[in-house]
Amino acid sequence: MKTPDLLELATRNLRESMLRNSLTTIGISVGVASLVSMMSLGVGLQRMISVRLEKVGFNLLTVLNRGNFRMGAQAMDLSQANAADERALDEAARVEIERLPGVIEAYPDLRFTGEFAFGDVTRHALTTGLPDSVKTTDDFSNVRGRYFSAPGAAEAIVDKYFAAELLGQTVKRPGRGMLKKSAPVSLDAGALAKDVVGKPLVLNYSERVSGAGQAGGYSVEPRQATVKIVGVADIDIQSRYARTGVFLPMKFAEGLHVMQAADLRATSAPVYNMLIVRVREAGQVQKVEDAVKKMGFGAFSIQDAMRSLRQGFAVFDIFLGVFGSLALAVASIGIVNTLVMAILERRREIGIMKAIGASDSDVKRVFFAEAGAMGVVGGVVGVLFGWLIGRAISVGTNIYLTRQGAANVEVWYVSWWLVAGAIGFSLVVSLLAGWYPASRASRLDPVEALRYE
Amino acid sequence: MGTSVVRAVDGLSLQVDAGDFVALLGPSGSGKSSLLNLIAGLDRPTAGSVAIHGKDLAQLSRDELAAYRLRTAGMVFQSFNLIPTMTLVENVELPMRFAEVERAERQSLARQALDRVGLGPRAAHRPAELSGGEQQRAAIARALINHPRLLLADEPTGNLDSHTGAEIMSLIAECRASLGMTVIMVTHERALAERYARRMLFLADGKLIGDMVNGAVDGAANGATA
Repeated sequence: MKTPDLLELATRNLRESMLRNSLTTIGISVGVASLVSMMSLGVGLQRMISVRLEKVGFNLLTVLNRGNFRMGAQAMDLSQANAADERALDEAARVEIERLPGVIEAYPDLRFTGEFAFGDVTRHALTTGLPDSVKTTDDFSNVRGRYFSAPGAAEAIVDKYFAAELLGQTVKRPGRGMLKKSAPVSLDAGALAKDVVGKPLVLNYSERVSGAGQAGGYSVEPRQATVKIVGVADIDIQSRYARTGVFLPMKFAEGLHVMQAADLRATSAPVYNMLIVRVREAGQVQKVEDAVKKMGFGAFSIQDAMRSLRQGFAVFDIFLGVFGSLALAVASIGIVNTLVMAILERRREIGIMKAIGASDSDVKRVFFAEAGAMGVVGGVVGVLFGWLIGRAISVGTNIYLTRQGAANVEVWYVSWWLVAGAIGFSLVVSLLAGWYPASRASRLDPVEALRYE
Repeated sequence: MGTSVVRAVDGLSLQVDAGDFVALLGPSGSGKSSLLNLIAGLDRPTAGSVAIHGKDLAQLSRDELAAYRLRTAGMVFQSFNLIPTMTLVENVELPMRFAEVERAERQSLARQALDRVGLGPRAAHRPAELSGGEQQRAAIARALINHPRLLLADEPTGNLDSHTGAEIMSLIAECRASLGMTVIMVTHERALAERYARRMLFLADGKLIGDMVNGAVDGAANGATA
C-alpha cells in the first residue's frame, strides 16, 4: 500500500473510535508536555546563568603573575608552575599577549578608590580605567553624552547613580541579589547627563613615585587631577562594571600612577598586578589561555568555572528528562493497550482485508501508521501544553520576583530543537509501542479472523 | 483447538478446468468451506498440494499468497464481509489500494464497478444502510475489481431470500460469461447448483463422493466449453 493511502486509512480508522483514541492521544500529550516543561526549565535556567556570566565577561581572560596566582588561587591548575621562572608581567609581556591570535586587547585591571569633588560636593567612588575596546559593549554603547575622545584624554564617564549622588540626591543602588525589600529607584540617565556633562570633576588621589632616593623603593605623594565629564553610563547590574562610579580612559588612568594596594610589595620596575585579556570570541578563550600559560603566567577565565557548571547542568537535564520520559512511558503503555483492544475489536476487519488481498505488511503498516499518527498528534499537542505550562511558571515566577522588587528573569526556554525533538521522540515511542500490536495483527489467521463475530 | 486433529478435507483429489462453473455441495461439516479456503489461499494444506494455473499454493510464502488473493482469486462470502465503517465505493476500492492503483483511477474504476452491479446511486452509503442483496452485489463488485481469474463464493445466497438469491446467482453467472473466469461456489442448495453450475461436486466427511457434469445448464449462458 502506498504511504498516502496508508495514512488516510489510519486516520479514518482513528476517527472511528474517537473517544478512546483521543484519550490515548491525550495520555501521550501529557507525557510529552511534562518532558517539554522539564527540559525547557533546565535549558532556561542554564541560559539564564550563561547570559549573566557572559555579561560579566565571558570572553575575558584574567592573567596574573604566577606568584600572585599561587597565593590567590591555590585551587587552580598549577601543573605548569615550573614552565618558566617568575616572568614579570610587564609592558613587554602585555604587548606579547596582545599579539596572540584572537586577542583584541590586553589591559591592566586598573581600579582604585578616588575622592571626587564636583562643585562643593565631595564623594568617594570606585574608579576604573576603561580600555578602548569596551566602547562597543552593551554597557558603553548607549552612554548618554559621548565616549572618550582619546585613550589619553582627561575625561570621565560617570555611572548614573554616582551622577545622582554628585547632584546631591540620595539614591540607593540596586543590589545584585534577586530578592530585595524595596524596589530600586529608577534613574533617567539622559536627564542626569544634562546636568553633569561638560562640567569638571576634580580627583584627589595618591601617586606612586618610583626611585625616590633608595633603589627599589618609591614614595607616595598626594595629587589632584581635573577631568571633564563627557557622559553618563547606565550599567546593567549584572555587569562587571556595576559598582564603578567613575570611568577614566585607560591611558589617562595609567598615567596617574595611582597607588594601588598590590603596589605595597612591588619592586621598582613597573609590573602589572593583573591583566585582562579581551578575546574576540568566547570560543577562543581556551586557546589564548593555554598560550598565556605557556608564556609562564597564571591565567583563568569564567569559562573554567563554567565547565563544572555545565557538567552540573547536564546531570540536571538528565534528571528532568528521566521524569519526563517516565510520563511518556506510561503514555506508551496506553498506546499498546488501545491498539491491542483495537485488534480484538477489528479482528473481523483484519480477516476481510487479508481475504481480499492485504499482505501481512499491509496490515502491520496500518496499525503502525495509527500508532504513529497518535504519536505525532500527541507530540504536537503535548508541546503546546508544555509551552503553556512553561509560560505559566515563567509568569508566576516573575510576578513573585516583581513583588520582591527584583528584576524579571526568563527561567523558561523552549528551543526549536526541543520542539522537534519532543515530537520526534513521541513518534518513535509510539511506533515502538505500536510494534507489538501491529505484528500481532499482521499474524492473525484470516480464516479464524473471519469466523470472529 | 486442543489436541485432536480434525481432517476437514482428507485425501481429496480433483481437477477443475479454467472457465468452468463448479458447485461444491454437501451437508454442513462436509469440508466444502475448508476446501474453498484452501483454494482461496486463506488456509494451507497440511499435506498435498493445491495447484492454480500451475502454481502450488502450498509452496507459496505468506506474501505470495496475499498477492494471489489480491490478483488471482476474488472472494464472496455468505455474510458479505463488507467493512462496516466504509462506504460502498471505499469497500470496492480497498483491494485496489492494496494493489497500489492510482487514487483517481481507483475511484472511477470503483464507481464503474458499482454501476455495473446496479449500485451506482448507493456508492456513498455504508453497508448497514443497504439490503442483503445490495450488500452482496457490492461484495461481488469488490471481488471482481482486480480482474481475478477465479471467483470463489462461499454460500453467496445463504443469507438471502430465494428471489434475491436468484438475482445474485444470475449476476455471478453473467460476470463469469463476460469475464471468462472460473467460478467455484459452495452451496447446500442443490436447486441453485443445478440451475447455474456446469459441474457439481458432492462432499461428505472431507471426501469427494460424487462428481457430476450438469447437462441441463445452457451452454451459451455459461460461456465457452472446457
